[in-house]
Amino acid sequence: MLINEFLLLGAALFAIGVYGVLARRNGVMVLMSIELILNAVNINLVAFGALHQDVVGQVFALFVITVAAAEVGVGLAIVLLLYRNRQSIDLDEVDSMSG
Amino acid sequence: MILHWVFLMPAIMAASFVAILAFGKKLPRKGSEIGIAAVLLCIGIAVFSAGTWIGHVNDAHHSAAAPEKVTQEAETGNGQAVAAGEIESPVAPITTEVTWFEIGGQKFTVGTLVDGLSVMMFLVVTIISALVHIYSTEYVGGDRRYTHYYAFLSLFTASMLMLVMSRNTVQFITSWELVGLCSFALIGHWWEEKPNSDAALKAFLTNRVGDVGLMVGMITLFWASGSFDILRINQMANAGDIEHLLLLVAACSLVAAVMSKSGQFILHTWLPDAMAGPTPVSALIHAATMVVAGIFMVARFYSVFFHGLSIGDGNLNLLAIVGGVTVLGGAGLAFVQNDIKKVLAYSTVSQLGYMVMALGIGAWTAALFHLFTHAFFKAGLFLGSGSVAHSVHSFDMKQDMGGMKKVMPRTWATFMVCTGALIGIFPLAGFWSKDEILTGGHMLGTNNSYEIFMVVGIIGAFMTAAYMTRCIYLTFYGEPRGAAADPHHHIHEHGKAILYPLYVLAFMAVVAGFANWPFGPDSLKLRFEHYVQPVGDYFPAVGALEFNVYIALISSAIGLLGIAVAYAYWFRGAFHGATEKSRVARAGHTLLVNKYYFDHLYTGVIAAGTAGPVARAANWINQNVIDGAVNGTAYLARRAAHVMYDDVDQKVVDGIVNGSGAGAEGSGQLLRKLQSGKVQQYGALLFGGAVLLAGVLVFTL
Amino acid sequence: MLLAETQVAQHIAFGVIAAIVVGGALLVVTTNNVVRAALYLVAVLAGVGASFLLLGAEFVGITQILVYIGAIVVLFLFGIMLTRAPIGSELRLTGRGWPAGLAVAIAIAGVLGYALIDQFGNDKLPPGSQQYTAQVSDSIFSTYLVPFEVVSVLLLAALVGAIVLARKE
Repeated sequence: MLINEFLLLGAALFAIGVYGVLARRNGVMVLMSIELILNAVNINLVAFGALHQDVVGQVFALFVITVAAAEVGVGLAIVLLLYRNRQSIDLDEVDSMSG
Repeated sequence: MILHWVFLMPAIMAASFVAILAFGKKLPRKGSEIGIAAVLLCIGIAVFSAGTWIGHVNDAHHSAAAPEKVTQEAETGNGQAVAAGEIESPVAPITTEVTWFEIGGQKFTVGTLVDGLSVMMFLVVTIISALVHIYSTEYVGGDRRYTHYYAFLSLFTASMLMLVMSRNTVQFITSWELVGLCSFALIGHWWEEKPNSDAALKAFLTNRVGDVGLMVGMITLFWASGSFDILRINQMANAGDIEHLLLLVAACSLVAAVMSKSGQFILHTWLPDAMAGPTPVSALIHAATMVVAGIFMVARFYSVFFHGLSIGDGNLNLLAIVGGVTVLGGAGLAFVQNDIKKVLAYSTVSQLGYMVMALGIGAWTAALFHLFTHAFFKAGLFLGSGSVAHSVHSFDMKQDMGGMKKVMPRTWATFMVCTGALIGIFPLAGFWSKDEILTGGHMLGTNNSYEIFMVVGIIGAFMTAAYMTRCIYLTFYGEPRGAAADPHHHIHEHGKAILYPLYVLAFMAVVAGFANWPFGPDSLKLRFEHYVQPVGDYFPAVGALEFNVYIALISSAIGLLGIAVAYAYWFRGAFHGATEKSRVARAGHTLLVNKYYFDHLYTGVIAAGTAGPVARAANWINQNVIDGAVNGTAYLARRAAHVMYDDVDQKVVDGIVNGSGAGAEGSGQLLRKLQSGKVQQYGALLFGGAVLLAGVLVFTL
Repeated sequence: MLLAETQVAQHIAFGVIAAIVVGGALLVVTTNNVVRAALYLVAVLAGVGASFLLLGAEFVGITQILVYIGAIVVLFLFGIMLTRAPIGSELRLTGRGWPAGLAVAIAIAGVLGYALIDQFGNDKLPPGSQQYTAQVSDSIFSTYLVPFEVVSVLLLAALVGAIVLARKE
């Protein structure tokens, strides 16, 4: 198996995830897109670990998963607060910090 | 010795001035007692000084051993007897000096210089001042400003004494000016009447014109000799250490001062007007003492004049010519005056001309001897005229006098004696002194170059005799006119205060001439010359004069002729109507009455011209040129300021400032769009930047 | 065998997994229905887990399924529910900045793709690169013990933080 197959898969997933972060209106959707990005990174890590026959790729990927979980929790808490204050999580309307 | 203390005389008189002003009014005689006491004290000092000086001169002669005797020779050996029998040895003048202050190495000192000339002047000033003081107690008694009058008499005496004992030119100039100031104050004594204050101003201002010459002359002498000291200046001039041109310039400038102070033509116009002052003042200041300050100056600085004007070479010089013109001009004007004091004033002018002329031809002793005798008899004449005028309360001979001989015989007698002295009748004082001047004209100068001045002097003597006879006739003879004829007014002689000075002066008019008696043994003859004429390195070698019997006879004859002519005209009525018959005579008469039109020239032409056109021109220049330049500059400055403000400041500078502000705002507005507040936009920018960097990394490394 | 060396089966498997992952991801970012997006996310995550297994990383693959699909997606669903996001698909869910996002995404894809192809052209994975769970645990609890503990603390902090943020006053 070509390593590039997995790596390119990861790159594609990453690009799609970036598009989602930048283009989605719903806050929860943005978080989902972030998950996509993180998963792409995981694929990369594991692939490289397999390439170099080193277990550190997996270990790192585990940590990434853990951090992702923590991040989603806090992120959703923030989105919840946003909803409570504005009754909407439409990101297009959240621009009160504009200069 | 006393000669070191002569400064006490002006000091005493100055103290008297201050004292009279301070508390004169409270004294019983209103201050006159202070003045009289002071001046009598000064007479004592002056007499004592004279005696000491005579002793000093005698000592100088006896101590000089025979081989040292120096003969006096005229510089150019012009045929006169070489000082026969005149063996003089140098007599040092007595001097004192105190340093007053010092600037830049130049010391300014104050001191006294006593020699024969000074001592002679001391006597003249103090004696006549004392007589005037006494005379004034009755003459100006009860006057509105009696105390002030005495104060200024004291100040004048102090200044005059200081003048004649001045050691250096600074002192000289100071006392010269002070004397002029006192003259001004005293002429304008009754200044409530405008003619009097005008006369005072005229005197002061005319003297001021001459003072320009004084300043120029004295400054030239300072620069030429490097010193203010009079002795030193004279020594240097005599030794030839000063360039001749400088001496000439100095001498000519000083002649201007002499012209104004001593009433020489053309600056004589103030002297007759000065008769507006009280008569004793006229006697003291304008006959005997102040007006001779100019003569004194020439005498004091004689080396400068002698060498500067080349008198020794028989040069027809400015001094002699001015003197000669004055003799005749003054005498001419005396003929047409109705005011007795003005006659005497012009007579003074004429006699001063004699003195200046004598100095101009080198007859130094003759000039000063004439000054000496003239002081006495002219003062006597003035005081006599005052006595007469005091009776009739007027000075106009034609209107208010006549026949005064009968009612004022004593005044008449003294007046006659003094007139005789003035005319030069043997053996009165004027005869000797005037005769010496005429002899000088004959003997001095190269190839009789000064003969003309002898002729001038003789003509002047004729005229003097004539106008004085006229004056006597109008005053004392004939029928009383006007106030003299007033039945209600009893005319009588005055008291002792007026008469006694007249007696003294008449006495002096008789005996003063014998001071320079030209005959007899050496110990007796020419005493005046012996003691007064300086002998030393500071005095030039002037020619000596011998008594010339022919000249004496001629001058006496001419004098008698003058009396005779006038007698015929006035007493006997001959030649009457000459002016009506002859146009020339009438024109001459008009010329004399208008005082040769000098006053017209001065006030009408010179003064009015300056006040009118010159002043207008100056004003025009000031208003248009100077103010125009100033205004123009201001206008330009304002225009420039406008340009600066409107264009440079408002447009350029503010433009830059506003432009930068607008630029900052514009760029700020642009950059503001980055801060939209939208997180996704920030994210896009972040990711975009990261991609760029990655791209750079990937494609270049 | 020849079949074993060319690994045809793995390739086919990978192809299927890749299709699911990419397709699911695309649907996540374009769908207008929030709940469906969550389901599509499940597909993506499952596919990623499968690829882990394909790579021989058994522990990570299982953990992926467990944690991601089991916990995180549920969390998402709770979040959707709590924020009253419309269940149906009425509104467009694509924001106004989507062109910029598209551009950036394409740029990223291009750069990454080029870099990968350029660098790793035809590198082959070594066969039999299976890594056992025992090795993973050994590594975690020896070499990477400290990061492990730190991550635990991080989880705690996140937990507390989320509670603090989301509680009612």
